[in-house]
Amino acid sequence: MIECPECAGGITTPSDVMTGEIVPCAHCGAELEVTETTPLALAAAPEVQEDWGE
Amino acid sequence: MTSQPRIAVLCSRIRVEEKLLLQELERRGVAFDRLDDSKVRFRLDEPEHIYDVVYDRSVSFGRSLYALRILEGRGVQCVNRADVVQMCGDKLATHVALVGAGVPCPRTAVAFTPAAALEALEDLGYPAVIKPVVGSWGRLIARVNDVDAAEAVLEDRAVLGSWQQQVYYLQEFVDKPGRDIRVFVVGDVPLCAIYRRSAHWITNTARGGEASACPVDGDLGAMAASAARAVGGGLLAVDLVEDRAGALSVIEVNHTMEFRNSIEPTGVDIPARMIDWVLAQAESPLGTSTTEAAT
Ligand SMILES: Nc1ncnc2c1ncn2[C@@H]1O[C@H](COP(=O)(O)OP(=O)(O)O)[C@@H](O)[C@H]1O
Ligand SMILES: [Mg+2]
Ligand SMILES: [Zn+2]
Repeated sequence: MIECPECAGGITTPSDVMTGEIVPCAHCGAELEVTETTPLALAAAPEVQEDWGE
Repeated sequence: MTSQPRIAVLCSRIRVEEKLLLQELERRGVAFDRLDDSKVRFRLDEPEHIYDVVYDRSVSFGRSLYALRILEGRGVQCVNRADVVQMCGDKLATHVALVGAGVPCPRTAVAFTPAAALEALEDLGYPAVIKPVVGSWGRLIARVNDVDAAEAVLEDRAVLGSWQQQVYYLQEFVDKPGRDIRVFVVGDVPLCAIYRRSAHWITNTARGGEASACPVDGDLGAMAASAARAVGGGLLAVDLVEDRAGALSVIEVNHTMEFRNSIEPTGVDIPARMIDWVLAQAESPLGTSTTEAAT
């Protein structure tokens, strides 16, 4: 369990979480990016850019 | 190659797809580096980041393209190749290659000013679709049912759009049966396919389209293979539409495709087959001038 950097709500991440993974905050809906796994750290994910896609 | 191949995966955000692909590499005990496109730096006068293979899974078309250009310049084998990424990232470039290879595409026109675009649309007929040449996930694609709607969209693009959004790529609206088709291609061999069904005319799964299995035999597989070959081959997803008579045409080819919703309906382990291909490139690269062994 870690605190959402936007709303301070509690967030649980999957056990196999990877850096770069996006986890949504269930409390405020923010998209958060895992910036570190040991110890776990979250930051607001970058906004989608025009050239993003598949 | 005698020792373990040196492999790196270029990525930005780790979507479900990247997680499955990285886990597949780990499961096989393959050592790899992750190149994060938000942190990586390249000195163009120094041969850094030398790998046997770099597998591009960046979500950013621009970062992919330029990183792969640099790496290929150093003799690194890239999946997909920079030329393939450049073509697939641009619907107009893709379209030209498809037409050149005789692959059926919807009737399409290009113009560079709103006035010329309106004339081109008159010629194609309404309803029509206006698409940005660079873009994905169904974003900024507009269906215009008449000249009033077309004028509004074109003025918005002219005033608010980037120069690329002012390359007006205009297409007949294909009256498809509530779905389109995506074929996954490995090399130039069709792997599996899905229908993407939606109540909305934009059927991308990123926009809520529902995936179900689609047989990939016959004309469909052959057309997808031709489309993949036309853009240079690799790990690709070909999007197609059927018209009311059932005739198929190709609308685009994707170079870092998403597949999370396609594994279950097709029963195909898509990430495993993609990693097979990446590892095969490390062993015996495609015969092209950019693939001499890295030293
Ligand atoms: N000419 C067209 N006629 C009808 N539907 C279309 C046409 N072009 C695109 N679509 C629909 O819009 C979706 C997105 O179009 P596409 O060209 O694949 O762009 P994107 O790169 O955003 O996925 C397609 O999957 C299809 O459902
Ligand atoms: Mg598409
Ligand atoms: Zn929150």
